[in-house]
Amino acid sequence: MSLPRTDKQLVALLRICALIAASILLLILFFLIDESRPVLQHVALTRFVTDASWHPAQGLYKLTPMLSATLYATIGALLLATPLGIASALFCSYYAPSLFAGCYRRLIAVLAGIPSVVYGFWGLTTLAPIIGHLHPPGVSLVTGVVVLTLMILPTVALTVDAALAAVPVAYLRSGAALGLSHWGLISGVALPAAHSGIAAGIMLAAGRAIGETMAVLMVAGNVAEQPHSIFDPVRTLTANIALEMAYATGNHRAALFVSGLALMTVVVMLVSTAELFKKNTHKHV
Amino acid sequence: MKKLSTIVALVLTIVAIWGLSRTKLSNSKIEKLVLTGSSTLAPLASEIGKRFELIHGHVRVDVQTGGSSRGISDARSGLADIGMVSRALKQDEKDLLGFTIALDGISIILNQANPVKVLDKRQIIDIFTGKIVNWKIVGGNDAPITVINKAEGRSTLELFLHYFDLKSTDIKPQVIIGDNQQGIKTVAGNPDAIGYVSVGAAEYEAGQGAPIKLLPLEGVAASMENLRNHSFPLSRPLNLVTRTKPAGITKAFIEFATSIQVNDLIKAQYFVPAPN
Amino acid sequence: MSKSDLARVLIWLAAALVSGVFVWLLADILVHGLSRLSWSFLVEAPRNAGRSGGIGSIIISTGLILLVTMVMAGPLSLATAVLLSEFSQHDSVFRCLVRPSLDVLAGVPSIVFGLFGNAFFCIYLGLGFSILSGGLTLACMVLPVLIRTAEEGLMAVPNDYRMAAAALGMSRSAALVHLLLPAATPAMVAGSMLGIGRAIGETAALIFTSGYVDRMPESLFDSGRSLSVHIYDLSMNVAGGDANAYSSALVLIILLLVINSITLRLAKQWLHKSVAV
Repeated sequence: MSLPRTDKQLVALLRICALIAASILLLILFFLIDESRPVLQHVALTRFVTDASWHPAQGLYKLTPMLSATLYATIGALLLATPLGIASALFCSYYAPSLFAGCYRRLIAVLAGIPSVVYGFWGLTTLAPIIGHLHPPGVSLVTGVVVLTLMILPTVALTVDAALAAVPVAYLRSGAALGLSHWGLISGVALPAAHSGIAAGIMLAAGRAIGETMAVLMVAGNVAEQPHSIFDPVRTLTANIALEMAYATGNHRAALFVSGLALMTVVVMLVSTAELFKKNTHKHV
Repeated sequence: MKKLSTIVALVLTIVAIWGLSRTKLSNSKIEKLVLTGSSTLAPLASEIGKRFELIHGHVRVDVQTGGSSRGISDARSGLADIGMVSRALKQDEKDLLGFTIALDGISIILNQANPVKVLDKRQIIDIFTGKIVNWKIVGGNDAPITVINKAEGRSTLELFLHYFDLKSTDIKPQVIIGDNQQGIKTVAGNPDAIGYVSVGAAEYEAGQGAPIKLLPLEGVAASMENLRNHSFPLSRPLNLVTRTKPAGITKAFIEFATSIQVNDLIKAQYFVPAPN
Repeated sequence: MSKSDLARVLIWLAAALVSGVFVWLLADILVHGLSRLSWSFLVEAPRNAGRSGGIGSIIISTGLILLVTMVMAGPLSLATAVLLSEFSQHDSVFRCLVRPSLDVLAGVPSIVFGLFGNAFFCIYLGLGFSILSGGLTLACMVLPVLIRTAEEGLMAVPNDYRMAAAALGMSRSAALVHLLLPAATPAMVAGSMLGIGRAIGETAALIFTSGYVDRMPESLFDSGRSLSVHIYDLSMNVAGGDANAYSSALVLIILLLVINSITLRLAKQWLHKSVAV
């Protein structure tokens, strides 16, 4: 049976829109590669790993400490934000009285919109001195992780909340009829049913954490060296670009775009891993 | 409730039509002057631009940021009429014309809680290169020093390195910052920090109660006054650059910006008017 | 203590921790920013590099940028989400390409978006530093969030709905508009709150595209400073701008509350029109 004509037109229109959305990424990659070319022509790729340090003005381009910083900060933030975000969503959907739930949701929605500079400013003036008392210098990996957690928590919370709202009430009623406890219903029925939405929320939050620039720039210390403890200052790839782009020319500027490409590689690897993981554990509810 | 969505839709449509329709009108007799470059200069240039617009009613002065390197490349390529550069022009930039409109100084700052009152040149170099790591060696508390350095490529860093005869790889910082305000706030939040920022900004913030203090350099106190009478050694020029000899409104603007008519604006941004 | 009780305690603790930290942050902004808030602050133009005067022109620029973003990103994201969830096979080439590329797009740093937006919209397409460039760049940024949440919402709608619609002889498009999209409303609302939140709070991307000019914009082709860029400039670039930075942040939060309320109201209204539920 072929589709009615309106449906065929609809599909054509939708395909065009989707292609536009997908081509944006290609344009961005093309842009990054184009801007990196000047330095890639003169500097071998291996030097971005083997050089002594990151001092582009003197021809040193070591990127690996910043790569590790990005990974540590992102993973740290995800480890904290995922359970807290899911807990927040569960709170709104199953535990809180409806008045609380509404206020809490509004609070999280507002926090999704607070500018990164405000988070960074608060982190720098309020959080960093507190952490500095524990262990100088205060602006460090752990401060960056805490601020990032706050920033991506709304993403996780709101998406998981929406996913939980979409779980058919019939599922929960059947579970209750079978005698499942409150937590049994949540862990055995609601969360598995919403697993796709939860995964989407985590992916979006991960993307946000990797791509965050302003806030980490202000609170993570920005020293381009491998951290040996969570209280060491670190520089993420994004902060690197933002920090030096304003005054960089020629090879320095192109090297910053190379760090942008390095970041995109990390993101692509992350997404591929997630896709493989999903394929292997695909369950039918 | 149906009313709400129709109202919203109506408002949005009106705004959209208004937004798109004004384009034709605005192009008619308005002359646009575009400045891009250093974010240090941007607030000052913006204020000078506003005063310029009051005098020349048909001119619009648009100031954009993007950094000194952007100022140089945009002035060269013609994307901007004037570039804003917060340092002296380099050797390979002599194809451009520079006009200094103000001076800015660099001061070393400590947290107010730090008992150290003065450091000589040798001590500063040793602290920043990591040879002295504890404040007690220079007469302070028994605490590790948190060295705050500026990011690579920044003109304040280059001035600092040039004055103390260091290379950027020599410095061993615990924190690296970008803008002056970030530096001030980092030092204000850490009693064992040492950093360097613009004199004017530091003097203002200290006056407003931020827990920082400015260190004198080689016996000269770091203050706007000493910048004005040129007794303070660490200073940098704030420049407007053009590719060709300025003409028309570009010329008028640069003459305005280098005149005494904008001295109060320069002082309001905590810089020192350029000697003319 | 049973598992349910333990879960209850932990979740209440988590919610308390999260709301505690966030209320601390908001209280900080409120305490520092309330003193300068007034009607004149909301309508006057900025003076003295933003340290006095108001933020009237900034609010208008922000509103216009948001408008362009949502008008551009909204329909496009909805169309893509519908395609991905309704009209493509589970493992078609199309889906396997578009889905991951959106996830990767979600991870592009905001500053790269800014530089890209500058190169593509401002220079290549010739729009210059303008509200339009800023809005288009932001639209690119929020697309992944909008698409993913809408797609999840649509996929969560039980297949029974679609079967019933087919049994009734409805075309796919009709089923979509009257049945599936309303059922996916909570997800789309979450998506638009996240998207608008991201757009209103974005700084690095806008500095390079919609620009720094704080004058009242006369058209979408004028450069206009958004609230977050203004807050950034006042707190990080201008000496003595902290006070107004806090007040601007407070205004931004209030603006966001208003926009979110309108979004929720509109969604509730649309939900009432749906055929099922």
